[in-house]
Amino acid sequence: MSAHPRAAVRPAPPVLEVRGLVKAYPGVRALDGVDLQVRRNEVLGLAGENGAGKSTLLKALVGLVRPDAGEIRVRGERVRLRSVQDAADHGIGMVFQEQSLVGNLTAAENIVLGSEGPGVRHGFYRWATMRRLAQEQLDKIGSTIDPLARTDSLTFAERQMVEIAKVLRIEQRTHDTPVVILDEPTSVLEPGEIETLFEQVRRLREFASVVFVSHRLDEVLDVCDRVYVLRGGRAVGEIRPAEAEPGRLHRMMIGSTAAEDHYHGGAATPVPPTREPLLTVRGLTGTTFRDVDLDVRAGEIVAVVGVHGSGREELCRALFGAVATSAGEVLLDGRKLALTGPRAACAAGVGYVPAERKIEGMVGPMSVADNMTLAKQGVRCAGPVVVPRRQAAVVDRWISRLSIRTPGRRTAIGRLSGGNQQKVVLARWLVGGDVRLLLLDHPTRGLDVGARSEVYRLMRELAGNGVATLLLADSLEEAIGMADRVVVMSDGRVTTEVPCPAGGKPSPLDLVKEMV
Amino acid sequence: MSVGAAGPLITLVVVVVVFAALAPQFRTPGNIANILDAAAVLAVVTCGTTFVLLLGSIDLSAAGVMAASSLTVALLVENTRNGADHGLLGIVVAVLLGAALGGLSGLLLVLLRVPSFMTTLGVSAVGLGIATLLFAGVQPGVVDAGLRGWATGRFLGFTHLTWIAAACVLVGWVVQRHTRLGRYAMAIGGGEEVLALSGVRVAPYKVAVFTMAGAFYGLGAVMVTSQLGSGVVQAGADYSFSAITAAVVGGTLLVGGRGGVLHSTVGVLLLTVLANGLVLVGVSPYVQGGVQGLIVVVAVAAAAAPLRHRNQVVK
Repeated sequence: MSAHPRAAVRPAPPVLEVRGLVKAYPGVRALDGVDLQVRRNEVLGLAGENGAGKSTLLKALVGLVRPDAGEIRVRGERVRLRSVQDAADHGIGMVFQEQSLVGNLTAAENIVLGSEGPGVRHGFYRWATMRRLAQEQLDKIGSTIDPLARTDSLTFAERQMVEIAKVLRIEQRTHDTPVVILDEPTSVLEPGEIETLFEQVRRLREFASVVFVSHRLDEVLDVCDRVYVLRGGRAVGEIRPAEAEPGRLHRMMIGSTAAEDHYHGGAATPVPPTREPLLTVRGLTGTTFRDVDLDVRAGEIVAVVGVHGSGREELCRALFGAVATSAGEVLLDGRKLALTGPRAACAAGVGYVPAERKIEGMVGPMSVADNMTLAKQGVRCAGPVVVPRRQAAVVDRWISRLSIRTPGRRTAIGRLSGGNQQKVVLARWLVGGDVRLLLLDHPTRGLDVGARSEVYRLMRELAGNGVATLLLADSLEEAIGMADRVVVMSDGRVTTEVPCPAGGKPSPLDLVKEMV
Repeated sequence: MSVGAAGPLITLVVVVVVFAALAPQFRTPGNIANILDAAAVLAVVTCGTTFVLLLGSIDLSAAGVMAASSLTVALLVENTRNGADHGLLGIVVAVLLGAALGGLSGLLLVLLRVPSFMTTLGVSAVGLGIATLLFAGVQPGVVDAGLRGWATGRFLGFTHLTWIAAACVLVGWVVQRHTRLGRYAMAIGGGEEVLALSGVRVAPYKVAVFTMAGAFYGLGAVMVTSQLGSGVVQAGADYSFSAITAAVVGGTLLVGGRGGVLHSTVGVLLLTVLANGLVLVGVSPYVQGGVQGLIVVVAVAAAAAPLRHRNQVVK
């Protein structure tokens, strides 16, 4: 009996299909009903801002996150992925952004790790076989790395090749086209290395489907056959690079510009450009940034924007003395700031709010009062002795001034909401009354809309009081909304500066073009 | 081998040269054999500890495991307390007991998720308890000529204990370098999550490493028993900490995944040479302990120097 005539023309099911995938975390819907398809032998791009849901989606595809709703289909068949192994059994493998290789093993061992097969007999390694197995993988991608080199002696780009070679071992487990996911593979590569990677991706397409994730638009357009744009946990559009103009893609990624009110633009106090800078950075050089010149005037909010790998986070830490610098100088109010460590920076009136609040910003089990007075012991002590009455007075004043919602000053800070935790962390620099410069590294990360708004208002108030602020914003809108000036960093250098006055804000599109 | 990794070896050479220049007795063949004999038990125990440290775990159980194995072997070979005369079988049983106690530490670690610091301390107490029960107030003296010969007999000028230690180091090195167990121990210390993401079940390898460490302690206990001529509860008293010190001095750091059996053996030799040389150059026995401690601290700081960075959290 012949097949149903329609079966012959029905296209083969996509290698990988996602339908209505939902994943919610407390306070945020990371995935809000994503639909997408990965076809055979194509390079599919995933583009989106930070927080668009890219990483959650990828984790769901390799079994590291279990979705709350929706389904994943592999070659038409619905699957539940419980682990990376499950995903590998279905022919899905991922090259992780923060590389997942064991540095103290050889490249060959990493490539065959967990599936050594004939490379091990009776518990003993057969190095010649291991080498051959690894070489087969490296040959697939045309790599010339020595399989017996220690992995941590390789460059970042070489390690990435080792990871791709490792992921391709999933071919052994599936009889069909494997899916290789590359998560932000270019973020830490040099331009020349990126070109090599692109050749690699085109080569992979010959025998695999590739999912290429990046927030650099030019790359996505350059290497992908098809691009999905993610925003707010949904796939908001599908684009063929051949017919796409970058502007359309930008608009899709960013969405409509948020109202300026959200950032309390009305409370902004314009800073006369003639005012002398409070912070002057000249030629500052560290391991990931070079020759940075930067001025911030008293009362000014300057946002530094840049993609992952731009070096802005380390610059921020360097200004606080938390990472070492190799050249350049920093003046605060005309006086040289010794970058010997956070202690010197604190004493000079510099405050730092780290991005990882729960790890670096606060001591979770300690009380609100102790967290708030951590950096300025003087406000609660007489000599080496803590005076409870003095501490209570200071802490209660700031709790009410910043409207921190807490059962009391003795409550463990870990029990407060994120927004209130962040206010305590900020208050730590305010209690001394001597703060001149605030370094804010993603101060609104993980906060809900209301809490963000309160942090913005507080920043405005501090700026009004003459505090200079250097802001690493969570999003471009935030940077534009809050800043008087935006400084763009790329590959460790300041590339341009864009004035951002109230009423004359640049569009996010203009900035994206400078960043990539 | 990088300069950083060669640091302990260079230190050892320098210390040997200095002692050889200062004390003529130090450089006699007889003294060299003495040093190697004195290092033998610590070398065997450190082999075991090294694998645990490679995991990034810690092992404080040597003292108790060695006590239990020491009394076990003394009571199973020809001895002064009972009629047993099992010879080599007794030695094998003592080593297996050590392995079992080591395996127990590992099982507690992976099943109950209790940190190795606590499980091994607990197992050490259990071992001491077993030893005390076996001791029962009367110290068993070893009569067995074979076992006594381990400490007294010589081959090519070195005691049998020295040769046993050399064999253990060789076996340890082969395991570390050429077996899945050894390579996975390295990998667990270097990046346990990566192994899990590669589909490797890590727990069995951890248990196996602790078991192997226990076997080394058991053998070390047999060697001590041969030296002392009797089964002693205190057989392993100082070895837990000496072994960790030797390993770290040699470059097998507590962070895991770094160093190895040969590194640790250099550490063992360094400690032993110091103890021997300080006596021979005439340092007062009252300050020897202090001087040795200082040199150890400096050596560890030198070994860890390449890993230092600003705001590093050290606990």
